[in-house]
Amino acid sequence: MEFQVRDDSGTDARDDVPVPFEDVREHLVVIGNGMAGCRAVEELLARDAGRYRVTIFGAEPHVNYNRIMLSPVLAGEKTFDQIVINDAAWYADNGIELIAGDPVAKIDRAAKTVASRSGRTVHYDRLLIATGSDPFIIPVPGKDLPGVISFRDMKDVDAMLEAAGRGGDAVVIGGGLLGLEAAHGLSLRGMKVTVIHLMDTLMERQLDEAAGWLLKSALEARGQTILTGANTAEIYGEGRVEGVRLKDGRDIPASLVVMAVGIRPATALARDAGLAVNRGILVDDHMVTSDPAILAVGECVEHDGNVYGLVAPLWDMCRSLADGLTDRHSGYRGSVTSTKLKVAGLDVFSAGDFSGGEGCEDIVLRDASRGVYKRVVVKDDRIVGAVLYGDTADGGWYFDLLRREENIADIRDLLIFGQAFAAGGGALDPKAAVAALSDDAEICGCNGVSKGQIVDCIEKGAGSLDAVRATCKASASCGSCTVLVENLLSVVLGEEVKASPKTLCKCTSFTHDDVRREIVAQSMRSIPEVMQRLHWTTPDGCASCRPALNYYLLCALPGDYRDDQQSRFVNERMHANIQKDGTYSVVPRMWGGLTNPRELRAIADVVEKYNAPMVKVTGGQRLDIFGIRGEDLPAVWADLNAAGMVSGHAYGKSLRTVKTCVGSEWCRFGTQDSTGLGVKTERMTWGSWMPHKFKIAVSGCPRNCAEATIKDFGIVCVDSGYELHVGGNGGIHVRATDLLCKVSTEQEALDYCAAFIQLYREEARYLERTAPWIERVGVDYVKSRIVEDDAGREALRARFLYSQSFCQDDPWAERAAGARADLHQPLHPIAIAAE
Amino acid sequence: MTDWIDIGTLADIPLRGARTVHIAGEREIAVFRTGDDQVFALINECPHKKGPLSQGIVHGHSVACPLHNWTIALKTGEAQGADKGCTPTVAVRMDGDRILIARPEPARAAA
Repeated sequence: MEFQVRDDSGTDARDDVPVPFEDVREHLVVIGNGMAGCRAVEELLARDAGRYRVTIFGAEPHVNYNRIMLSPVLAGEKTFDQIVINDAAWYADNGIELIAGDPVAKIDRAAKTVASRSGRTVHYDRLLIATGSDPFIIPVPGKDLPGVISFRDMKDVDAMLEAAGRGGDAVVIGGGLLGLEAAHGLSLRGMKVTVIHLMDTLMERQLDEAAGWLLKSALEARGQTILTGANTAEIYGEGRVEGVRLKDGRDIPASLVVMAVGIRPATALARDAGLAVNRGILVDDHMVTSDPAILAVGECVEHDGNVYGLVAPLWDMCRSLADGLTDRHSGYRGSVTSTKLKVAGLDVFSAGDFSGGEGCEDIVLRDASRGVYKRVVVKDDRIVGAVLYGDTADGGWYFDLLRREENIADIRDLLIFGQAFAAGGGALDPKAAVAALSDDAEICGCNGVSKGQIVDCIEKGAGSLDAVRATCKASASCGSCTVLVENLLSVVLGEEVKASPKTLCKCTSFTHDDVRREIVAQSMRSIPEVMQRLHWTTPDGCASCRPALNYYLLCALPGDYRDDQQSRFVNERMHANIQKDGTYSVVPRMWGGLTNPRELRAIADVVEKYNAPMVKVTGGQRLDIFGIRGEDLPAVWADLNAAGMVSGHAYGKSLRTVKTCVGSEWCRFGTQDSTGLGVKTERMTWGSWMPHKFKIAVSGCPRNCAEATIKDFGIVCVDSGYELHVGGNGGIHVRATDLLCKVSTEQEALDYCAAFIQLYREEARYLERTAPWIERVGVDYVKSRIVEDDAGREALRARFLYSQSFCQDDPWAERAAGARADLHQPLHPIAIAAE
Repeated sequence: MTDWIDIGTLADIPLRGARTVHIAGEREIAVFRTGDDQVFALINECPHKKGPLSQGIVHGHSVACPLHNWTIALKTGEAQGADKGCTPTVAVRMDGDRILIARPEPARAAA
C-alpha cells in the first residue's frame, strides 16, 4: 500500500468522514534494511511507537537478518530462518512498509524525496541513511572474474555454498575476523582452504603476535593453509577463476576466491546528495548529518573522527538516534569495542588498545599445555586493552572494567587469573560473578543486550531462557552467552530456575514425563504425530528422542504400534551386540542359565563354521559368541534356531537374563527350586521391551549365590517362601536392592514380578534403570502400588501379560527366514559408467 | 573425469537408514537416505574410532555413530558439536531413481 503524505497535514479532510488512507504523521524513510536501520526503528518504536510513519528500503530481497550470524550459516550451524531478526509479521504489526530488493538510487534534498532503482519516488520528512559498508576489493588483475566474491550478505553465502557443493580449492584473501570465519565455514563445507594474509599476524588489528601465532597453529591443525606476509599479485583464470598468484611468484589454484580484506563505509548516496562526507558520513552526537532532516547511523557514519566496523557501536548509536527523534537528546559519545571470533572451538577475545606504548604495562599469563594466552594491558591502574586466547571466560569482565575505567590497583596481583580469583576466595560462584557485573555490561554481543535489560525483562515475567530469548533476544543468536543468561535467571528468580526439569532432548521443550502423558492423553499413534503435535524443532528428531518416542509408543499401544526399526539403536535393529570392530556378538537364550548337549553342540558348530574368534561365559550365565559379521547373522541364527535356541536379547533395553543358583534340587542348603522358578520367570518375561535393560536373579537360599540383591528384580528363597527385592544394580554405581515384600508361593512371586516390571515400563523414563527410578520415586511409592494395592497389582500384571502376548516371537527366526535382508546385505554395484 | 558407479535405487535404502557398498580396492562406503529422501555417501568409518556409520541412527542430515554417539554431518563428514574429526565424503548423484556414486580418484584414494 502506497500513498503520498501531504505536508499540510489534515487541512483538506475536514468533512467528518473517516479517511482511512490519511496518515498525518511525519514520514521517516530509512535507507537500509540491515542491522543498523532496523535497530534504529526498533529503538524508536520502543520509545514512541505511533509517532512516525515508517518506510524502509532494503537492497537485499530479505527481511531484516543478523548479518554477523552469516558465518554460522556458512558453517552449517544455523539456517537463514534462524538468523532472521524481524520477520514479515514484525513489519506488518508495526505498520512499517518494507520495500525490499529495490535499493534507493538517489536522494533529492530540495524536494525531500528518495528515488529507488526501479523508479519509485517517496517523500520523506526525516531520512535515515543506514547503508552500512561495502566490501573493499583490492585492485588486482582478475578481481572481476566469475568465482571471485566477497563475504557481506546472504547472496555471498549462497554463492560460497554453491561453490563448496562442487568441492575443490578455495582461497580466502584476508586473515581478519571475516576472512577467518569464511575460511572456517568453507573448510567445514568440505573445501581445501588457503588463507592469504598481507600482514605477518592474523587478525593483527585485534590480536597481538603471540595470540595470532596460537590462532594460526590451531587453524593449520584443522587443515587450513595459512600464508602470512603474502601479497596478492593477480587472480587468474580463463573466463572463471582458476587461482591466485602472489608477488613472490607462488601460485595457489582455486575454484573460489573470497575477498575479505576489509570494508569501507557506503557513502556514495550521501556524497552524491551533497552531504558532508569524510571517511564516513559525518554525524553529530545525535546522529544528524550536515542536513538537519537527514540522519545516519551504523558503519556508514564517521563520528568524532571514528568509523566503526563492528556491531556493538550500532546499539549505542541507535539509542542516541532514537532519543533524538523523540526529543530526549542523550547524545552518542563514541564506543569502545571488543571482538570475538565466531569459529567453533577457538576462543579468541580482544578489546581496547593493546599496542603498548608510554606508561603501559603488560600482565601476561601463558599456559602452553592448555593453549591459553592472556594479556591485559594496564595504564595508570586502569585496563586499556585485553587479548585472550583459549580461555575467554573473563572477556566480559575485563571489558566491563575497561569501559568503566575502574581502578584495578587493589586487585592487580590477581587480575590475570580472572574474576574468580581477583574477587577473592578462589573459585567464585559463577552466579556471583554475573551478579557483580554492572547494569550496562553487555551480555549478548550479537544483539546488543545489556545485563540491565535482561534483568528488566526477567523481572517483567520472562522466567525461562526461551522467554528471555523471545523477549529481549539475549542469547538468541550465537548462544555463546547462554550460560550468563541462565545465571542471571537464577540470580533474579532464585533457585526455582535450576529446579526446572530437563527436557527430553534438544528437539523439544517437553520433558520425558510430559511427552508420555501427552502420548496417552491425545492417543498419539506414531513418532511423526508426536513430533508434529508437540512442536518438535527438528524435522525428524535426533538419536536421543527417536528411540525414546519409539519405546513410549510401543509401551502405550501394545500390539497396535508399528515398531520403527530406524528409531532403534543398532543392537536392537540387528538383534546382536555391535563390537568396536563393527562385528557382532551373539548370545542365545539359555533359560535360567540351564543348557544341554544339543545347544552346546550347536554353539560349538557355529563358532567353528563362522570362525568366531572368542566364546565367553557372561555374567548372566550365558555363552557369548564374538566376531560374527553382520552379513552372517541370519545364517548363524538359523543354525541356533535349529537347535531350539532363540534370541537372548543381550543387546536390548529389555529383559536380559534370569540368573539362578542350583537350588533345592542339588544344593544342600537350598530351600526352594530356584532354577525351576528362574526358568518360569524367564519364560514369562522374555521379549519385553523396557526403558532400560532389566536383569533378574533367583537365589535358592539367603547365601544368595545368584547375587539377586544387585538385580533389577531379585528373588531370594527362604524356608517360609520368597523374599522379593527390587532396584539393585551392578555397574558404575552399585546399588543393593530394597526389599519389596515377602510372599509365600511361587505364583505370587511371578505375579509380583510381572506387576513390578509393568509399573517400571509405564512410569520410568527411557534409559532410566530401576535403581535411579526407585531413588527418584521412593520405594514406598513402589510398595504402595505393588504390595498395598491388590487390585492395582493385578491390573498391572494383566497389562504386562497382554503386552507380552505380542512380544514373544523370536526376532531371530524371522530374520533367518529372510526378513529385512537389506539390513544385513551390502548393495551391489551393478554397472560402471565413465563420463 | 569421474567414474560414476550405479549402486541401486532409492528404494533399496531404508528411509532414515543406510546401506554399505564394497568396491574392490576401496574402503567400505556407506550410502545414506535421509527423511527428506536425499542421498549422501561417506566412507563407512567414524573419525573417532572407525565405528560403522551405516549402522547409526539417521536424523536430519546427520548420523549418530553407533559406537560412541558422535554426530556426523552427512554432507561434509564433519563431526558436530564439541567433537572434532572428519570422515571422507563420496560424491553422489541421482539419475532418475538410480543412485550413482563417484569412485574416489586414485590420487585421493589414500587421502
